[in-house]
Amino acid sequence: MKWLALIAVIATGSLLIYAVSDFPDWGSASSPANGGVEGAGRSVSQTFIEETDTLTHVPNIVTAVLADYRGYDTMFETVVILAAGMAIFAILRVLRDTEKPVDQSKHDPSIDGDHQRIIIGTTCRLLIPVIQLFALYVVAHGHHSPGGGFQGGVILGASFILLGLATDLETAIARFSEKQFIGLACVGIFIYAGFGVLGQFYGRGFLDYGALQPIFMTDGEPMARSHAMLGVEVGVAFTVTAIMFAIYANLASKGELKNGL
Amino acid sequence: MREFIENFVQPHFNYWAYVIIMMIGLWALIAKRNLIKKLIGMSIFQTAIILFYVSLGVKDGATIPIAPHHVAGDHADAHDSEHAESHDDHKAHPKPVADDYSNPLPHVLMLTAIVVGVATLGVALAVSQSLFKDFGTLEEDEILEQIKSGDYYD
Repeated sequence: MKWLALIAVIATGSLLIYAVSDFPDWGSASSPANGGVEGAGRSVSQTFIEETDTLTHVPNIVTAVLADYRGYDTMFETVVILAAGMAIFAILRVLRDTEKPVDQSKHDPSIDGDHQRIIIGTTCRLLIPVIQLFALYVVAHGHHSPGGGFQGGVILGASFILLGLATDLETAIARFSEKQFIGLACVGIFIYAGFGVLGQFYGRGFLDYGALQPIFMTDGEPMARSHAMLGVEVGVAFTVTAIMFAIYANLASKGELKNGL
Repeated sequence: MREFIENFVQPHFNYWAYVIIMMIGLWALIAKRNLIKKLIGMSIFQTAIILFYVSLGVKDGATIPIAPHHVAGDHADAHDSEHAESHDDHKAHPKPVADDYSNPLPHVLMLTAIVVGVATLGVALAVSQSLFKDFGTLEEDEILEQIKSGDYYD
């Protein structure tokens, strides 16, 4: 069995190595992906780099492509995240109380309730606000500097996971309850799709952010696209934050959302 | 040997790296019996694909795909660039040159791939946790044994 696997792996590998010699050189600006095919005009990425600033006023081309040019893709990407969260909920979550209730007298849902955790508690108290502030910066500046909704959302979710790891899951759940994170995940998608539908009220296509110019009261459609992208990224960040924490909370407590690791 | 490396490996070393990493991941996916090790293999495989895509977007001497922002007169420019769409030759700002910025498209695609990777990994871990609850093991052959012998359905 093992040598059969070895043969399969080596066969796949050697086929790919055989194809490697036809690929463009490392760092080549004239490869089909970077420079377009001869006689077929510019490649799509060249158009993105050259036109993004004119059409959207968003310096971060990656964000512009993600949230505007490929808006549908990113919207359903967010739905995939939500679906993963729902799948984990369906697989793991135990809704009935199977075990005896935890001794409430010992449990204190404050960060430094336990004297043995005073170092961890103090560190969390200092570190978590900074992490969350940085996450908000990454989301809010996602269209000007490296960052965006997914990245900022993951950092924000990680701050809650840090709280859950450093103390216990109940402490984290007390600050970000199950009702809240499921709600927040849905609100994120709602914000994203809402920006799409809003454009339709002005008689334009779904996710056509240029149509939102009367709402944002900007001069010209490019600035409206830039603002709408920020709104959409905030929606993405909500969903990602909530689902990251939901995945951790369910996995760490075997679906009971109690005690945790 | 040296000639082979200079002609075939050096200009394509990113592809060689991705093929080798991918083979490691594929090996773990096929040959390992432990489900967690299979998941590790899946993540290695994904990493190889991400490396492949991102390395396709590299251009010599190019910077990250973030164009410099207009500094002064942002709103006045909005009108100018509206006009600029029709008069291509006359512009307030020089257009970014495509060769100066690395290809943004693979970055976007891989951002989505990473996100899907996190989602699949989360669901896979949840499934293996509930498998462990039912069977008491994560070894694939032991689980199959238990299913075949009918212990599971009691």
